[in-house]
Amino acid sequence: MTTAVIAQGFNWTRCRRKIANISTARGIAAIVVFTIVWELCTRLHVPIIGNVPAPSAVLAALGKQLVSAEYWLSWRDSCLRILSGFVLAQVLGIPLGLLMGMNRTARELIYPVFEIMRPIPPLAWVPASVIFWPTSEMSMMFVVFLGGFFTVVLNIVGGARSIDIRYIRAAHSLGSSRSDIFWRVMLPATLPSIVVGMTVGMGITWAVVVAAEMIASRSGLGFLTWRAYVAGEYPLIIIGMMSIGIAGYMSSALIRFIGSRLTPWLRVF
Amino acid sequence: MHTATTQLTPGMGAGEMVVESVAKGFGVGPLRKQVLRGCSFVLEKGKLTVLIGPSGCGKSTLVNALAGYETPDSGKVLIDGQPVTGPGPDRLVVFQETALFPWMTTFENVSYGPRVQRKLPEREYAEETMKLLDLVGLRDFRDKYPAQLSGGMQRRAELVRAMINRPKVMLMDEPFRGLDAMTRALMQEYYVRLFEEHRGTNLFVTSELEEAIFLADNLLILTNRPACVKKVIRVDLPRPRTFDMMTSAEYQRCKFEALELLHEEAMKSFASGGVNAADFIEACAQLGQDQAQPTCLGLDDMAPPEVSDGAGQRKADGAVSDR
Repeated sequence: MTTAVIAQGFNWTRCRRKIANISTARGIAAIVVFTIVWELCTRLHVPIIGNVPAPSAVLAALGKQLVSAEYWLSWRDSCLRILSGFVLAQVLGIPLGLLMGMNRTARELIYPVFEIMRPIPPLAWVPASVIFWPTSEMSMMFVVFLGGFFTVVLNIVGGARSIDIRYIRAAHSLGSSRSDIFWRVMLPATLPSIVVGMTVGMGITWAVVVAAEMIASRSGLGFLTWRAYVAGEYPLIIIGMMSIGIAGYMSSALIRFIGSRLTPWLRVF
Repeated sequence: MHTATTQLTPGMGAGEMVVESVAKGFGVGPLRKQVLRGCSFVLEKGKLTVLIGPSGCGKSTLVNALAGYETPDSGKVLIDGQPVTGPGPDRLVVFQETALFPWMTTFENVSYGPRVQRKLPEREYAEETMKLLDLVGLRDFRDKYPAQLSGGMQRRAELVRAMINRPKVMLMDEPFRGLDAMTRALMQEYYVRLFEEHRGTNLFVTSELEEAIFLADNLLILTNRPACVKKVIRVDLPRPRTFDMMTSAEYQRCKFEALELLHEEAMKSFASGGVNAADFIEACAQLGQDQAQPTCLGLDDMAPPEVSDGAGQRKADGAVSDR
């Protein structure tokens, strides 16, 4: 299905124009300059920054990592945790958010609990969840789930409540049944909020999984970074950090891609 | 309406609406504002009735009551003798700002009514949709989203989204508000042409006097809040209407009469000498309350002096006096 979606709307000329332009050139120049300054700082032993492993050292260590199975297993484990926790958060959060957004009784019954739970950062849940979930894997999935869950639910409730009354009225007048109003009006009107909730939630999810892995796990990119620190393999710390950055960026890009496919009317210009 | 022809036959399925001493207020206690009081009028079958009144006087509340979005505190709203209990495709509203669904293309928006009512097979309503899009010059924009249309195009799309359902009554709530002068004039021409071709029952709400007289068969002038009908002016201009009629003697007579009445209402609202908006609104409310009863027209006053459509009118009056 994904390939069909890609094939359907892919414009090579537009894509090339989007990539090969002055903004991209500037961006690449900035990264190159940053790397050179970093390398120089290390070589010249500038205080503090000079203690960071040089890009050349990182590159050398990266070569070794890229062929190591353990490095890729870390990727796999982190991604699996993100995927399961995040998907679960959407599967439970989207219907619950819609229910609370559209039904006043449900909202008044459930929302106060959310208001109490929301200010607790997901990471504060780590000790408790390690205790009450049977395995540390489950406790990490749970914490990841929480990170995505609150964001998506709160966004949907906000989105559903701010639907313009004229759309509902117009739909009623035009003879919609209750299910038409939900599927053809309420749901599409809330979709942009769902996408925003997913995008923000994905960012939070990566922050949460990395920290949870450092505390409670024996695998994953967060653990890789932490173990490198404990073992004193400083270039590996940088590799771990960059891997987490790339993974987070790719997940967000994926969500943005899915989001813009779900809401074609928002990208009309 | 059930024959499902693909032509909109003139006057077909046009309905008559009767509004009988409708009152509506909002808020509670000392903050309660009476918006409508003793509001009575008839939307004659196949006629274009224009409602004009000072801004904030309750025109939209009245439209909402006719559409069935709001229930009056007292009084009756009838369509072809049946009380209005809620919104339905027999009375369609075109709103102040566009209410096209942003997530649907022009085609999907216009065909929305038939699609959810599930009375016609898809092929038939698709054909009808394309005909109507042709009629308002939007065929090439059928796959565009509302955000890609200009303001005038959005209004036209919204007009045909309502028309495709062949409503008995079209309720136009200041539909051309916010359009620039040129587009507005163009839309008036489009609209009056559509009306003249199909002769449905139309209610058109506006605060622009020129627009009101140009379009109207009957011009209802509302009082300040709480609003009721102050006067019905019959506009005896021939149809099809053209812009050069705006220089005719009949047009000037209507305009002069309407201006006088509107001026009177405006004077009342300023009489208290209030300078800020809150005072202004308060003054409207208070003066309105003092004056509302004597100046309100009842249904009995609505009978036209002419006899041309007297039969339908008497039927309406009869139906009302039975109660």
